[in-house]
Amino acid sequence: MKMRFLWPLTLFALLAGLLGIGLTLDPKKVDSPLINKNAPAFDLGQLNDSTLHISPDNLKGQVWMLHVWASWCSVCLGEHPLINRLSTMQGLTLVGLNYKDDRLAALSWLNKLGNPYQAVAFDPEGKAGLDWGVYGVPESYLIDKHGVIRYKEVGPINDTVLKETLLPLIAQLQAETL
Amino acid sequence: MMKHLLGLLFVSVFIITSALVSSPAMAAIEVHNFKSPENEARYQHLIDELRCLVCQNQNIADSNAGLAYDLRQKVYEMIQAGKSDTEILNYMVERYGDFVLYRPPVKGYTLLLWFGPFILLFGAVVLLIRFARQRKDLEVFDEAELQDIRTLLKQTSGDPK
Repeated sequence: MKMRFLWPLTLFALLAGLLGIGLTLDPKKVDSPLINKNAPAFDLGQLNDSTLHISPDNLKGQVWMLHVWASWCSVCLGEHPLINRLSTMQGLTLVGLNYKDDRLAALSWLNKLGNPYQAVAFDPEGKAGLDWGVYGVPESYLIDKHGVIRYKEVGPINDTVLKETLLPLIAQLQAETL
Repeated sequence: MMKHLLGLLFVSVFIITSALVSSPAMAAIEVHNFKSPENEARYQHLIDELRCLVCQNQNIADSNAGLAYDLRQKVYEMIQAGKSDTEILNYMVERYGDFVLYRPPVKGYTLLLWFGPFILLFGAVVLLIRFARQRKDLEVFDEAELQDIRTLLKQTSGDPK
């Protein structure tokens, strides 16, 4: 008989628990369907020299990161010191994708704040970005030696993500044989 | 007084009708030339079905975001190139996931999303029936109890009839 009064309480607790979990989720974090898929191809001119082309095919055999950024993106400004630090790391090729930006603005941004990238692809119309499923800047993709996307970070990389996720994953991908 | 009321009535009718007549706001004015009216209808249907990922509770038809513009452009280009609706939606899902669709497909991990509400409804109906039955049980008195009640009523109000 007492159980009857426990029912609503149990239901309430269940519902509160469910909604509580919902609150901790970030709706902006949409899992990329491209994880564990081949990196989409592009063939873009480089930011500092449009006659030099860059394509993911050139980077096969390396562990590399595609970092999507723009000079108009204020969050990128805050993330930049960390990207600069990342560029000094052994065993990671850092490639920039300059997304919907102005060439001169992007170049002066890099001149002022330091250029961490080994190459920057210039994508003023965001066409390559569309193929990669970019929906905001910054975004970072980690690609393994086989050219498969293994990880995506939406928004700026912070120290926690770097230490707990990226660095171990980079070491793991480095250890993989071709 | 009467004049005021009439004026008020006129204004409210005007507001309601203009709200009903005006078409849903398009985010931006874009001129697209389609090869056929069917293609234009397909375009309109597709951009209504696709979610803008930056402003997540809008479709790309209603959104002003740069990404929504790019996606509309892509839908237009693909229609012009003679791609089918399925091909266009697949293109979007391959890049942005099922989330880009306002109506996600029925599959393994969306089962709860599609049928969860019905399961809840079923549970609620079962509970309702149970409670209703219990209520009925409470109303049934046996002969001895009825006798007691009659005696009590007689004592308090004099005449039970």
